[in-house]
Amino acid sequence: MQRRSFLKQTIQGTILPSIMGGLSVKAFGNSAFLQSLTGADNDHVLVLIQLAGGNDGLNTIIPLEFYSDYNRIRPNIAIPENRVLPLNNNLKSGLHPALTGMQQMYNEEKLCAIQAVGYPSANGSHFRSMDIWLTGSDAEQYLSTGWAGRYLNHQYPNYPVGFPNDTMPDPLALQIGSVLSPVFLSPTGFDALAIDESLNFYNLIDAIQDPTPNTPSGVELTYLRTIAKQTNKYAEVIKAAAAKVTQQGAYPADNYMAAQLKAVAKLVAGGLKTKIYMVGMGGFDTHAGQVNGGNTLTGNHSGLLKQVSDAISAFTQDLKFLGVSKRVLGMTFSEFGRRMQSNGSLGTDHGAAQPVFLFGDSVKQGILGKNPDIPANNQAGDNVPMQYDFRSVYSTILRDWFCLPAKDVDTVLLKNYQYLPVIQSTACNMDIQELNNLGNNLIINYPNPFVTSTTITFKTSGGHTLVQVFDTAGKRITTLADKNYTKGTYSVTFNSSALASGVYYARMQNGSLQQVRPMLKVKG
Amino acid sequence: MNESLPTQAGISKKNKVSNVAIGLTPPADGLQEYTGAWDTAQIVHLLKRTLFGAKRGDIQYFKTRTMQQAVNELLQPASVPSTYPLNNYSVGGYTDPGGVALWQTWINNGITLADRELNEKRIDSFKTWWLGQALNPSRSIHEKMVVFWHNHFAIDTSVGTDVIKARFWYDHYLTLRQHALGNFKSMAKAITLDPAMLFFLNGASNVKGSPNENFARELQELYTVGKGPDSKYTEDDVKAAALVLTGHTVHPVNFTYFFDAGKHDATNKEFSAFYGNTIVTGYTGPAGASEIDALLDMIFLQEELTKHICRKIYRHFIYYKIDNDIEQTIITPLAVIFRNNNYNIQPVLATLFKSKHFYDMVYSSACIIKSPLDFVLDLCNEFNVVMPDGNDSEATYAVWESIQNEAREMQQELGAIPEVAGWYAYYQAPAFHELWVNSSTYTRRTIFTDRMVADGITKNNQTILIDPISFAGQFANPGDPTLLINDSLAILLRYPLSVSAKEFIKRSLLLSGQLQDYYWTNAWDAYKANPADAITKAIVSSRLQALYKYIMNLPEYHLC
Repeated sequence: MQRRSFLKQTIQGTILPSIMGGLSVKAFGNSAFLQSLTGADNDHVLVLIQLAGGNDGLNTIIPLEFYSDYNRIRPNIAIPENRVLPLNNNLKSGLHPALTGMQQMYNEEKLCAIQAVGYPSANGSHFRSMDIWLTGSDAEQYLSTGWAGRYLNHQYPNYPVGFPNDTMPDPLALQIGSVLSPVFLSPTGFDALAIDESLNFYNLIDAIQDPTPNTPSGVELTYLRTIAKQTNKYAEVIKAAAAKVTQQGAYPADNYMAAQLKAVAKLVAGGLKTKIYMVGMGGFDTHAGQVNGGNTLTGNHSGLLKQVSDAISAFTQDLKFLGVSKRVLGMTFSEFGRRMQSNGSLGTDHGAAQPVFLFGDSVKQGILGKNPDIPANNQAGDNVPMQYDFRSVYSTILRDWFCLPAKDVDTVLLKNYQYLPVIQSTACNMDIQELNNLGNNLIINYPNPFVTSTTITFKTSGGHTLVQVFDTAGKRITTLADKNYTKGTYSVTFNSSALASGVYYARMQNGSLQQVRPMLKVKG
Repeated sequence: MNESLPTQAGISKKNKVSNVAIGLTPPADGLQEYTGAWDTAQIVHLLKRTLFGAKRGDIQYFKTRTMQQAVNELLQPASVPSTYPLNNYSVGGYTDPGGVALWQTWINNGITLADRELNEKRIDSFKTWWLGQALNPSRSIHEKMVVFWHNHFAIDTSVGTDVIKARFWYDHYLTLRQHALGNFKSMAKAITLDPAMLFFLNGASNVKGSPNENFARELQELYTVGKGPDSKYTEDDVKAAALVLTGHTVHPVNFTYFFDAGKHDATNKEFSAFYGNTIVTGYTGPAGASEIDALLDMIFLQEELTKHICRKIYRHFIYYKIDNDIEQTIITPLAVIFRNNNYNIQPVLATLFKSKHFYDMVYSSACIIKSPLDFVLDLCNEFNVVMPDGNDSEATYAVWESIQNEAREMQQELGAIPEVAGWYAYYQAPAFHELWVNSSTYTRRTIFTDRMVADGITKNNQTILIDPISFAGQFANPGDPTLLINDSLAILLRYPLSVSAKEFIKRSLLLSGQLQDYYWTNAWDAYKANPADAITKAIVSSRLQALYKYIMNLPEYHLC
């Protein structure tokens, strides 16, 4: 949670400085309260979904309003108009027929799209354009760090020294896959770990677990693999998080993206504080065979989109089932889109701008931006012109999802970029609302006002629960509860017979939740 | 076209950790000369075992030779060091009390100075210089054999720095070096009379009337007959040998070895049945010094001595496991060769490195866990890490110190062996060289390779680092990602990766997830067409860095 919103949204906020004056910060331990004071951010998670190869945007979001132009410039691959998936409240665009899952998410207000995201002077090289997207550089600029790495470095500047620790016991970022993406390169190296979708470490144990033969070299390799496994200080927390989640929603079979996202859901629900996950799949470089001749509903692109959509849809439902959907924002991206016109091989060549999808409980439903104009004299080399800089998406995520102050957003992205209205304004204080909503019921006292004693009733969700009473100077008067409780409602009595009349504060802390309740002692 | 990232298809992720007995046995004709293929795999195997790393230039060179020629050439002594240890310590306001200026050698200066601080600085200088000798690339096993014998006659220069002069340690190194490919019996005598060793194992104070048995014990237990089941020397043999050695000491004035006849026990020394009840006749006067030859003659008659040395050679250069098969088919016949060649070392090594057993790629390959020295030096040599101009002493020592420091952090330092029995990895059963690697040192190794392939390691403004473009650029066709990976792996990994694993590495790293090889080819060609362009260069170098980082992060990389 953010300090500002915490202070603003709790009526007790006014007394916090004095409480802090009377107590060492340490006394609060590893609490959300402490985090709110030390600037550590919320429990939001970002899932980056990389579609490698260059996804064809015009066949992903079909411009229904320009359908005849669309059909004209790509007659051999155009999706039939009556098969395009419609969207609630949006007649101008529709989705590829394979995106049924994402259509439903859109209609349930869990999906938004941003049209024509790119950068000036688009580079047609997979490698270069991917580097640009991952580092957040300009087209002509070389950056040695990734945008996510810079963000993580900003939040955890000492990593890896002193990590893991109480505040961040978990990996800062996890890549599902074998090889770390440059997106996680911070000025001090990679700020992420790689694990495979069955939650084995990749980067420190062998990605290629070819079985070892019963030979001297096989014996020694087995030994080395065992040591490598032990070496990873995060292995245990990941294992423990994964073990906590024994039941998950259904995911489509034979879908690598789904397998990766299933692992992410498990780790998020298992309680990892990891901020960023990255998953990915390839194959979007559809120069040929994007569709099958004669049936544009089939072919490679359709299969790829179906995998993505089915996986994201299952992931979203699973997050809801696991009760963590509010914590997660997803984003899909590719290194570029493809040409507006199709080629003669039932495919499309490397393009420029592309649509980006964001999904989660906190996105604003809609398609931001307009469908690309398709000129009457469209040429084979024409690209979708850029409407939004890709770094605007990053800056919006940093400010409106990771709740980073704007000046810090500029620091991470090395420049100021326009913010996009794609994330609900409540996302950065959703926690606070949640806490307060819960908090309203968490701790009460009766009678209030009271003369000598009052009964404090608190609701704990289990585990360690602390109830303390402070005076207005922040001095702790008494501790009424300080032990492990099973989930339930309990009462303790606050006897104030020796105390002067005035306001006292009952503060309850239970896990990451806390509330402060003002109580008024009056003369009898 | 695949519909997902080239991922794990066909790759088993199940890795059953088992430590059952090794099923394969070596060929019964183990020491017979190898007559099979002589290609990159065999050459790299030979070079990694006999040199510090297999450089592509050396691989190409030995492809133009036969296996026999290659082994013979590798067993030729290298030329003697062309430099001396230099004053690298007159920095930060320190002045050498003997007057040796910075970057001048101290070896002929101030041996009589009783200055512990100075001596320790000079010892550090010597150790750094020694590391530099090991790093020095030559196509000879020589420096690796020096390390072998260093481990055999293990010493720790941090002991007795008030007495044991840096010059003694320098001479000790030269003694090891002089005999490393020569005659073991001569070496044993030279080490017995070596001033550094006389101090280190108290021979210098082993005198008539109050003998010190330290060296006499290690001479038998560690250096010659060993403590195998068939080595049955007795405590009385230790005492008798100590008496033989009385009087051999270091001259208190001119600091050289000398025989102090007055301190020599001139009685006859009787040995046990293990030594055939030999009596070493005692002599008075200068003649007493000759008893040492009788002692060594007696010890060297023991079959167990040759077996002990051959086992150590086998463990160092092939594998640590010596079962009955290995003992019968390799150790025993090798020991006969050693003896029949009057304890000359070269014939033993030649037989071993030319043997069918050595080139048994299933049994003998990729089964040694690199020592820290191997690990750091192999990397420097195999990647042709650019070293400073040898005339720039300051830069050269800075780099040597960097490398020395890395190996030290990984628990191995030349001149500082923690036990007289040698580094644990070479004798401590049952784990042997597995002891080099634990979760701490493994991490340290990974940090080292990660740094070397990223920003390098810097000391005194001297940076050593891997130039991935230069490494890739030496191959025949770096633009072909499959060939590039095969050529790279042929040098860097002795443990073979499966075809699907290599395909996976290619697509994930060189192709960044793309499916067509030409994306890498185009990137490489674009770089070659315009090497000065920062972005085309970065596209290539970042992927190569990722590739080599990945390979070096594989547990397989620790095997040679």
